[in-house]
Amino acid sequence: MMDVHSPGKSVDGDGRQAVVAAARAALGDAIAQFIDQCMQRPQPASHLIAVLHKVQAQHGYLSAEHLDAVAQLMQVPAAKVAGVASFYHFFRLQPRGKYSVNVCMGTACYVKGAERVAQRIMDELGVGWGETSKDGVFTLEGSRCLGTCGLAPVVMIGDEVHANVTPEQVPRILEKYIRAAREATV
Amino acid sequence: MTTQITARYKELAAQAEKALRERTASTAIRIQVGSATCEQAAGANDVFDEFRKHIAASERTDISLRLTGCTGRCSREPIVGVMIPHQLPVKYERVTREKVHEIFTRHVLGGKPVSEFVLDGALPDQCRHELLICGSARCRWQGPVNFRALLTERLEQAGLASQVRVGAASCFGACGAGVEGSRVHVLLRPDRVLYRIESEADLNEIIERHLIGGQAVERLQVPGKTIGRKFLELYGDVAFFNRQTRVVLRHNGVVDPDSIEEYFHYRGFEALVKVLEKNDPKWVIDEITRSKLRGRGGGGFPTGQKWKMAAAAADPIRYLICNADEGDPGAFMDRSMLESDPLNVIEGMIIGGFAIGAHQGFVYIRAEYPMAIQRLERAIDQCRQWGLLGKDILGSGFDFDLELRLGAGAFVCGEETALIHSIEGERGQPRIRPPYPTQSGLWGRPTCINNVETFANVPAVINYGADWFARIGTEKSGGTKVFALAGKARHTGLVEVPMGTSLREVVFDIGGGVAEGKELKAIQTGGPAGGCIPAKWVDLPIDYDTLTQAGSIMGSGGMIVLDDADCMVDIAKFFMTFSQDESCGKCTPCREGTTRMLEILERITAGKGTLEDLDKLRRLGTLMKKASLCGLGRAAPNPVLSTLDHFYEEYLAHVSAGKCPAKKCTALLSFEIIADKCVGCTACARSCPVECIAGRRKEAHVIDQARCIKCGRCFEVCRFDAVRRS
Repeated sequence: MMDVHSPGKSVDGDGRQAVVAAARAALGDAIAQFIDQCMQRPQPASHLIAVLHKVQAQHGYLSAEHLDAVAQLMQVPAAKVAGVASFYHFFRLQPRGKYSVNVCMGTACYVKGAERVAQRIMDELGVGWGETSKDGVFTLEGSRCLGTCGLAPVVMIGDEVHANVTPEQVPRILEKYIRAAREATV
Repeated sequence: MTTQITARYKELAAQAEKALRERTASTAIRIQVGSATCEQAAGANDVFDEFRKHIAASERTDISLRLTGCTGRCSREPIVGVMIPHQLPVKYERVTREKVHEIFTRHVLGGKPVSEFVLDGALPDQCRHELLICGSARCRWQGPVNFRALLTERLEQAGLASQVRVGAASCFGACGAGVEGSRVHVLLRPDRVLYRIESEADLNEIIERHLIGGQAVERLQVPGKTIGRKFLELYGDVAFFNRQTRVVLRHNGVVDPDSIEEYFHYRGFEALVKVLEKNDPKWVIDEITRSKLRGRGGGGFPTGQKWKMAAAAADPIRYLICNADEGDPGAFMDRSMLESDPLNVIEGMIIGGFAIGAHQGFVYIRAEYPMAIQRLERAIDQCRQWGLLGKDILGSGFDFDLELRLGAGAFVCGEETALIHSIEGERGQPRIRPPYPTQSGLWGRPTCINNVETFANVPAVINYGADWFARIGTEKSGGTKVFALAGKARHTGLVEVPMGTSLREVVFDIGGGVAEGKELKAIQTGGPAGGCIPAKWVDLPIDYDTLTQAGSIMGSGGMIVLDDADCMVDIAKFFMTFSQDESCGKCTPCREGTTRMLEILERITAGKGTLEDLDKLRRLGTLMKKASLCGLGRAAPNPVLSTLDHFYEEYLAHVSAGKCPAKKCTALLSFEIIADKCVGCTACARSCPVECIAGRRKEAHVIDQARCIKCGRCFEVCRFDAVRRS
């Protein structure tokens, strides 16, 4: 485990170098370098959200280890990093399935039956909001609004947007991803 | 000093023109594919790819293919435009890979438009010209002659009726101050000539010399690039568009959002040059004040006044922020602007930075908009390369740069103090105002925050004049407003209309009314902070003040059309679920108020509500409005209070009679199978998740009411109307 009690001190011998090395290893080179760049700029702490975005993009979610590592490298209290990560909906603190199934629950989608589409997905996958299917393929999420209201109701799976979805279409849409996931594991 | 800026600009513009000419030098036919998040969701990438292959296979070098942003005609996307010289531009709707083949072989190569795919109806094959007559409500022709009738009559006489189509258009922006009503402007497509007609003789001359003789009448032409012209040249034949007044969205679907060269071509950065030449921030602020531009984020605060306050701050270090955290569900105009014409927003920001004396600007944008982020990043890079951002812009001595900051999915960050905290890397929680950000904002410095659409209006105000802009709108509010029309409207998409336009014009004239011929019940505006306006008030002119009086708000411009299948209690619950989830938890009235109101609404929709609950809702709502810390909490009760005001009987039906008139609240419904209509196809039994439907094949089925969970799936799958919902 990392030593979180001595941030700020960079004197050799207090274990700081080892902590930094561990933190860099936990996040990976690309992110560690990005943090280095941020630290050179004015108001370095203001880049915390940008850093968390990068971590999530690379690792899929923000683990406790990632958050501690970010705190160490950015010299920001770990409590603040955890506070920010848990405040924003976009950040996930749990691992996700291979595909996130994002059902838009914006107004336009809602009045056009997004709730029934979501219910059908829950039935098909046996999951609730925020849960991951047993096979680890899907995580069901609700989105505030994907901004494609003209095509409501909308479901985004991975990067693909499915427009004008009806509950009846759900099994067929999911099937494609189940097959892709199965092929990937074979 | 002054000539230097213009000289530098001219150099850049010439460079842009040269690059554009080289790109399209050998091309005569142009194909454009709409490309924005929604277009791509509808399959625009496949369509683009298919055209590329077709062009390569045809070995033709005179066909060019390009991307544009989106026009905001969402339900018909992807939209493809085919422009052949001396022919009317043709737009196709819902294009697929299969349609591409037809369009390419029959139209691009064969020269005959594929009329069955044409956007919003077929284009008459013989129609060679189109005349669009300005029908702007503000400066409607006051003279004795009905030009439209006269024109139709003359065309008949000349035997041109089948070749020339007469249509209506909105404002071309061609009228100078004080001449409204004394002339009519007419755009002739595809010749791209804009005529000013003041008398019958003028009209006759145009018919004889231009339509018959093929010679443009120089004397009557309106010179210069007027504002709505480019858009209408391309889209003027589409009813959804030609009743709109496109100021902010004038380049959506016209320019390539990734090309700074194209932006230059359409008067790009002219406003900035004008501002830098004047070199007087006070002049800019005066212009914006005179234009009556008000904050388009929803608050409606006069932009000029906000800029004046920021400019007057004592601290020399100031910041400018563009709020692109478009969190309202149902609103997507900011996304469309950033994806389709990002440079326009950037130009507006540079001008804003100059006006308030800021050298650093930020765009705070939602992480949910990856394409908008990408296009904005590219646009900022291009501006830096071309010397339009950074040090000494165009040699003026003015420094200004922009940085993108990403949100992370918190609705409350649309509130300005919360947004500032978020940029600082903190939890996005609001704080008490004053001090207002214009006094103490980002890192304690004076900060001016405006919405995307507000900035997008700025170049137009500077280029076309504050007086012109002010005249478009109402007495207190200048210009237009963009609405995201969605829900049950027949035509969904982005609608830009002058302030003061009635809801009826937006929903019925432009939106085509309610889909499937149903009755309009209400119009929800302003998202979770807004309210529901009942159908009987459909003639209400849209303005900040009128909507507030009606118990709703303008908000960022979401407009959801509701029909009689929508339960108003359920809609109120929907928004309260949203607000409860998005409440940041800092202040008690909002944190507890949204939770309790939601509990009550859930009780009502579950059939367990009481009359007393309705009073409680009103009391709680009123309290939250008074006591909450920020705008989110103060506005959160609006959807409930406005539906209580206008649809009280619907609440009553839920609590007293245990009924949901719209048949939406499933707990209040029961499902049964009508034996006479059931053919025993077993579709319902197979779809029932709890297997409570029994019956043999080809015999009437029965629902076990005790086990039924009222999911409604049997009702949906039955093709014989045998399942009754009551």
